Amino acid sequence: MNKYNLTHLRELEAEAIHIIREVAAEFENPVMLYSIGKDSSVMVRLAEKAFYPGKVPFPLMHIDSKWKFKEMIEFRDNYAKENGWDLIVHHNKEGFESGVGPFTHGSKVHTDVMKTQALLEGLSKYKFDAAFGGARRDEEKSRAKERIFSFRDKFHQWDPKNQRPELWNIYNAKVHKGESIRVFPISNWTELDVWQYIRLENIPIVPLYYSKKRPIVEVDGNLIMADDERMPKELADKAEMKEVRFRTLGCYPLTGAVESEADNIEKIVEEMMTVTVSERTTRVIDFDQEGSMEQKKREGYF
Amino acid sequence: MDIKAFLDQDEKKDLLRLLTAGSVDDGKSTLIGRLLFDSKRLYEDQLAALQRDSKRVGHAGEDIDYALLLDGLKAEREQGITIDVAYRYFSTNRRKFIIADTPGHEQYTRNMVTGASTANLAIILIDATKGVITQTRRHTFLVSLLGIKHVVLAVNKMDLVNFDQKIFDDICSDYKDFVTQLDIPDINYIPISALKGDNVVDKTDKMEWYKGKSMLDFLESVHISSDRNFDDLRYPVQYVLRPDRDFRGFSTRISSGVIRKGEEVMVLPSRKKSKVKSIITYDGELEEAFPPQAVTVTLEDEIDISRGDMLVHPDNLPRIERHFETMLVWMDETPMDPTTQFFIKHANNNTKARIDQVKYKVDVNNLQKSEIDHLKLNEIGRAVLTTNKPLFFDPYKKNKNTGAFVLIHPVTNNTVAVGMIIDKLSPDDLPSKISDKHRDQIRKGEGLIAQKEYQKRYNQKGATLWVTGLHGSGKNEFAFSLEKQLFDMGATVVLLDGSSVRSGLSKELDYSPTDRAEHLRRVAEVCRLLNDQGIITICSFISPDESIRTQVGEIIGENQFHLFHMDASLEFCKKNKPDLYEDETIQYVPGVDIPFEAPVNAALNLDPTQNGNNPEKVIEYIREKKIFPLQ
Repeated sequence: MNKYNLTHLRELEAEAIHIIREVAAEFENPVMLYSIGKDSSVMVRLAEKAFYPGKVPFPLMHIDSKWKFKEMIEFRDNYAKENGWDLIVHHNKEGFESGVGPFTHGSKVHTDVMKTQALLEGLSKYKFDAAFGGARRDEEKSRAKERIFSFRDKFHQWDPKNQRPELWNIYNAKVHKGESIRVFPISNWTELDVWQYIRLENIPIVPLYYSKKRPIVEVDGNLIMADDERMPKELADKAEMKEVRFRTLGCYPLTGAVESEADNIEKIVEEMMTVTVSERTTRVIDFDQEGSMEQKKREGYF
Repeated sequence: MDIKAFLDQDEKKDLLRLLTAGSVDDGKSTLIGRLLFDSKRLYEDQLAALQRDSKRVGHAGEDIDYALLLDGLKAEREQGITIDVAYRYFSTNRRKFIIADTPGHEQYTRNMVTGASTANLAIILIDATKGVITQTRRHTFLVSLLGIKHVVLAVNKMDLVNFDQKIFDDICSDYKDFVTQLDIPDINYIPISALKGDNVVDKTDKMEWYKGKSMLDFLESVHISSDRNFDDLRYPVQYVLRPDRDFRGFSTRISSGVIRKGEEVMVLPSRKKSKVKSIITYDGELEEAFPPQAVTVTLEDEIDISRGDMLVHPDNLPRIERHFETMLVWMDETPMDPTTQFFIKHANNNTKARIDQVKYKVDVNNLQKSEIDHLKLNEIGRAVLTTNKPLFFDPYKKNKNTGAFVLIHPVTNNTVAVGMIIDKLSPDDLPSKISDKHRDQIRKGEGLIAQKEYQKRYNQKGATLWVTGLHGSGKNEFAFSLEKQLFDMGATVVLLDGSSVRSGLSKELDYSPTDRAEHLRRVAEVCRLLNDQGIITICSFISPDESIRTQVGEIIGENQFHLFHMDASLEFCKKNKPDLYEDETIQYVPGVDIPFEAPVNAALNLDPTQNGNNPEKVIEYIREKKIFPLQ
């Protein structure tokens, strides 16, 4: 029977493809939320695989907080163009015009207005009834019990008491008008699985993941990159070139770098295996308040 | 070994999904903590061999921080998530693991059932100081119900019983006595001390009498790939891929069996055959594909195939039925209302299902069965279901992917129950339910005409005169004659018989007991509507099943339903109408290959040899019952 064995990655891949196809089959108007991060990159590749040789039957949507790293935006546009994706970029117009940003409004307000609200706005605007996200269960404690099909009410809210039992590989896709489902096809992947898959499949990722000399300012113990001129001058002036990389990507003022010499995937994995700090600890927004991820999830953010 | 070699090795690992059953008191968290943390240490040890400097943070000592894990569990409880299966991930040099960690508190059944549904293996924890207790039996029953093939009975806290072999042996022997009544093919017994680490990762020297493997060693080496079914091809089409006019691909994750290029396949339900033209993946075409691969196939011929159809080998078909028996686990806070038409989702198929009968529920603590007519949260029972369109299934024991389904409530959209199909009885021997005992929800039309006014106009009360009897018993001749005589007397009568109803209203139904029940349900509903508006209906139907006739009576209403039996012997019928009886290819002939149950409570038994007098007898009967004429 040995010839009919699948490796864990191929098994996880098949599981994700099954989930992605199921959403395309059961929902009228799905969308894949694209954060431009490594997990999103894997998810996008899995979608391409699911419908090969056809085109993926749903668009990508990026919620642009207007404070992402420049390299992310560049990567996003190139990837979508080269791979024939239908890409929707949405931002909170009102928030943007009133100048909301992390330096002026703090991370909490910025995240709420430019990410959470922008996401809900985008989902409502296009009346999506299912939205894929690249979240994984091992990322964070509150996600360990998250369903693969996670139900959201009319207000896009997640009610922990109103989640459906999920057995075998049978997913309940019934929603009333206005309700929706968030779908996490790579729920069962670990961080190592994601890196391993990127390596095996040669999946392009934003170069910020690889170590390079970058202009860095230390802010409250976090290594923040001076990515554009919007960084207040008193901070930007302190920037020094440091060899760093990013373990997660987001808004540049809210994403801490780590000093590292890992300039390829093997070195990144090696570094990851020997550093026992969870990847999310470099994400500044987590420190806002106790259980903040939980709170954001309830409000509709991933 | 360098990092590349490490990654190359890591890539080749397979995946084991396991369930842990037990409570915090049994040392479950301690065990999981050890597995998670010790395996992490294994990783790090291996990487240390890279002989590079590593910026290691913490976790150098022997002490494991269990609190981290317990915090997680505490957080879950505080969140109040109703079904809280936490999935945890760890990996060793040989395998990757996903643990479905189900806190064993009050909502144990649905938590455990959820966690068990995807598990290859279950660890059942026993406290060596307590032995086999109710909880052990409950966990084992659920593991067996969900078809987990491998169980590890981890007898924990051996340090508290001085690592005594006799205590371990007695517990194993108790467990064996219990488990013989269940269906678990592979059971392993390991004495451990999760707290001290004995036999968890490494073999201990404190129990030299134990010759088996340590827990982790066992988990790493247990053979699971043969648990998959590679024999019966079940390819339930999940998605039809049509990128352009020339390409039609059928995508799915294979449920079971192996599909090969060039091989003949049959499409269900059309039963059309074709050959596999190609098996397509993003990474290239394949010669063959197996479960659980997710692929796309194209066929040589253009056949109409949609989602929910199934590709199989023509010589190996699943059951194709609308009517089947199942074990059901009720998952919803709201108890089952047996009159609801649920959505059912099974093998990429969506249809509706009704519950015909709940036979019994099983007490998960002692496996005692008790009669019951509906299920409540966390209850498990055996039930009979009928779906609107046929499902292509196998018994769950033989094929999990084609034997499992979920029921979804049509209003709340919640997943209210999950089912595992049993295939012990033929669908013809299963009861159908066509009437609801609680019919108060059925509203009469809001007409402006009162019953009394109908009665005055028609000089009669609405009623159904139902004649049952074998094919060829002469019931049709009797019915037509009765209709004519009543008509001549001024009654307002409608006659319904098998051939007239089957040519239209029941056109798509066959003669199987399941379809026959549906056919008679429709007739009964028509009678009820007509009777409610003052019309007398005469019904001539074989209606061989006593339980169905009783339910027909319930639909029409006991006071309006009058049953007559054309009491003919089979010999009489065969002589009277030989065609049907002589054709041996015809299936479902009452009195021949399916039983005809003579009614025990007929208002009148009619003798077919006296058919000339029979209408008068019935007319006399309805006169006495004050049905017609009223004046």
